[in-house]
Amino acid sequence: MFSLYKKILFITKSAKNIFLALPLLLLLLTLGCSSKDPQSTFDTLGPVSELQLELFYILFWVGLVVFILVAVAVFYIILKYRAKPDDSIPEQIHGNTKLEIIWTVIPILLIIGIAIPSVQAIFASSKPDSKYTNNNLTIDAVGKQWWFEFEYPEYGLITANEVHIPVGEAVTIKLHSQDVLHSFWVPKLAGKVDMVPNNDNHLWLQADEPGIYYGHCAEFCGQAHALMRFKLIAETREEFEAWISHQKTNAWTSSDPLAQEGMEIFMSRDAGCYACHTIQGTDKAKGNQGPNLTHFASRTHFAAGILENNQENLRKWLKEPDKVKPGNLMAKNAAVYNGTSDSLTEQEISALVAFLRSLQ
Amino acid sequence: MTSFPLQISRPIHPTGIWNWITTIDHKKIGILYGVSAFILFIIGGIEAMLMRAQLASSNLKIIDPELYNQLFTMHGTTMIFLAIMPMGAAFFNYLIPLQIGARDVAFPRLNAFSYWTFLAGAIILNASWFLGGAPNAGWFGYAPITGKAYNVGHGIDFWIISLQVLGIASLAAAFNFIVTIINMRAPGMTFSRLPVFTWMSFITAILLVLAFPVITVALIELQFDRFYGTNFFITSAGGNPILWQHLFWVFGHPEVYILILPAMGIVSEILPTFSKKPLFGYPVVILSGIIIGFMGWMVWSHHMFTVGLGPVANSVFALTTMAIAIPTGVKIFNWLGTLWKGSLTLNTPMLYAIGFILTFTIGGISGVMHSQAASDAQQQDTYFIVAHIHYVLFGGSLIAILGGIYYWFPKFTGRMYDEKMGKLGFYAFFIAMQITFFPMHFTGLNGMPRRIYTYGSEYGWDFWNLISTIGVLLLAISMVIFIYNIVSSWIGGEKASGDPWDARTLEWSISSPPPEYNFAVIPTIEYRDDWWEKKMLGKTSEEITSDDVHLPQPSYWPFIASLGLLIAGFGIILSIPVAILGASITMIGVYAWSFEPVNDPH
Repeated sequence: MFSLYKKILFITKSAKNIFLALPLLLLLLTLGCSSKDPQSTFDTLGPVSELQLELFYILFWVGLVVFILVAVAVFYIILKYRAKPDDSIPEQIHGNTKLEIIWTVIPILLIIGIAIPSVQAIFASSKPDSKYTNNNLTIDAVGKQWWFEFEYPEYGLITANEVHIPVGEAVTIKLHSQDVLHSFWVPKLAGKVDMVPNNDNHLWLQADEPGIYYGHCAEFCGQAHALMRFKLIAETREEFEAWISHQKTNAWTSSDPLAQEGMEIFMSRDAGCYACHTIQGTDKAKGNQGPNLTHFASRTHFAAGILENNQENLRKWLKEPDKVKPGNLMAKNAAVYNGTSDSLTEQEISALVAFLRSLQ
Repeated sequence: MTSFPLQISRPIHPTGIWNWITTIDHKKIGILYGVSAFILFIIGGIEAMLMRAQLASSNLKIIDPELYNQLFTMHGTTMIFLAIMPMGAAFFNYLIPLQIGARDVAFPRLNAFSYWTFLAGAIILNASWFLGGAPNAGWFGYAPITGKAYNVGHGIDFWIISLQVLGIASLAAAFNFIVTIINMRAPGMTFSRLPVFTWMSFITAILLVLAFPVITVALIELQFDRFYGTNFFITSAGGNPILWQHLFWVFGHPEVYILILPAMGIVSEILPTFSKKPLFGYPVVILSGIIIGFMGWMVWSHHMFTVGLGPVANSVFALTTMAIAIPTGVKIFNWLGTLWKGSLTLNTPMLYAIGFILTFTIGGISGVMHSQAASDAQQQDTYFIVAHIHYVLFGGSLIAILGGIYYWFPKFTGRMYDEKMGKLGFYAFFIAMQITFFPMHFTGLNGMPRRIYTYGSEYGWDFWNLISTIGVLLLAISMVIFIYNIVSSWIGGEKASGDPWDARTLEWSISSPPPEYNFAVIPTIEYRDDWWEKKMLGKTSEEITSDDVHLPQPSYWPFIASLGLLIAGFGIILSIPVAILGASITMIGVYAWSFEPVNDPH
């Protein structure tokens, strides 16, 4: 990233031609604005996105040169050949075979030149080669309207909207969809691959640095498409394994009376939360319509990555989920939200918040 | 002659509304197409402005998500099927007979039927706003979200039926133009002398005939899924959503060339006229158009690089897509060759044509970027794609169409437009377009997916989105200037001569606007750019007026047949008896049309 900055700065300073300097300056400005943003495709932190960015730059520089040539030619011609009052009728040139051959062959050569890295990149990004650390970690990601479920089959673990991976390892993510089309995209790590019902897909990625990465559904999937997001958390192998073993323990251990009350509401017929959400270690909560909430409190965000996981946001969500995320299926199907039974009282919401916050 | 029931004599309405309804004059139909398409273009533009308002900043709540989804679906569908395609049809109608030296198209009543059927499709689609909500699954309506399980309202039904009706209109028109161009050319108007606009229209019409049946099949399958419970795309019953994508893009990619080839034709007419030079490399430009049209069939899966077709398929489609850049580039170089050493008059149409070269080059370059399957995975379904599609359709097709409107305005109306206002409108339009669409490259590469009605402030997308929204306001102002210029000049502009530009092709050899019969005497063509060459040689003859010309006569039946389709379209969605009524009206219309007498048989 930094070397590119220097390169552009250098070209900009040395460029005598204003046509060259202006777009480059604009580019510099843009990169300056965007490279640290959470979904910037320039801030590549994994080998796949890095590869894709390299290919992008090849095309970008070639394209920029082509555009500048065309633009310079257009402006030169306009300035030079503008009609003057004493112009006679110009020579009626019908064409020139030599020129036609030249400007057909040059693009052909250019395209062949681009085709080589292009095809190489397609194959290189399709699966990890032997130079990457690969412990064959495979995660199943399922797109659902409008959230992501993540399953670690080798650990027998299911979680939602936050996927953990070990840093510095090639990870395969298998992609499925339960309803309509979705797309799995973590811009800083890898380009997107669609999640298609009845057609399983996969992609691989690797995070070179630990951190929380932003993910977004990238295929239009209905009303809450804009709010279908997730987080990818890359951590050291030790942290990752600790997380796995913690996730496998039972979450519900609290003895706080308010949380206990919340648990009872959660499992009650009236609220019916258990019918759609699983909380491992409880007898009743085994639904799979909604996100698995085992160890809910250990997640940084909830509601498909749109809200930070804190007391205030949870209250807001449980009170009026349709305001927070219009169209979501809980607001549509749960009796306490769709008007078929009494709404949750403030007290009940407090109890549910305490319960969910206790699922460490 | 045996008499049939419903054998009504041909209407005679020299003026007024009935004159327009019964007309089969290709020039009047062209104007009907143009004006209707422009009104629909404004509707599509208003839809875009509403979306831009919602996206002006993060977390706005101007438009709710459901309405937003309807807006982007209707914006895309309207602009492609109801604005740019029929604007192309307007030019085909008005110009092709004039450019080839014919008195009308081959099937004048079919031509009227095409227009009225197009209008029926437009009405059906837009009526959805008032009948339970517009379609909301995007202009390419990916399965399975278009299925009943995820989309209970009638929006998608209106989308399906209107596209089917529009397909009938497009196919009828395309066949008509193919036959017209092959059969109605004046003596000596060989294919190697055919004006480039007509050539590009010819290729476009062939693409239409081949492409539309594919979408028709896909839409019938979707319609059967929704109406009669079949399982083509219903995934819960094992349907295949990828099938839809293949069918849609096998149609959809040639469709892109259906939208751009007429524009290339328009530019290829404007540049030579105002350079005072023939088109550079005429055969190469034509051949490039043919190659583009042909190769347009081999690239459809580049819309599907992230679907998971695998590296081999992705490589093949990446290579074919890159290859299309070659004939496209060749065209651009030939246009530059046309300007080279010319004597350039930079008036309004010329500015639009030159603007086309610049913006279309940008759109072409971003297109080659998308052909890179690997890096396209970062661009697919982001605003980078939105930027690209607007650079080629708005900065390609539309900019050329606006230039074409100015260029042929004297021919269409017999009046001159206001040159100063035209130039002002162009500069406003051109700058506003860059302000609106160029920042979308930045937001796209900064990770902004398309079709999202809101975004958080933490993403860093606010600034460029605000710029885009400001740009769209400026675009609206530039369109107001354009419309004002056109309307006021049409009403009170200076009278135009037959050949105000000292132009090259046949349509300029007759008066402006052309007489009903176009050519008093069918011309004999001796040269490419026949009119120009004859002017150079001083071989132009005095214009002869003639009243002994056989012209096709007006008819009620195309309108009636289309009206039946309109009623049947609503009927299929809302009520079967109404559908039967509509279909019966169409059949009566077609029947009576077949046995329609001529008032004054020669």
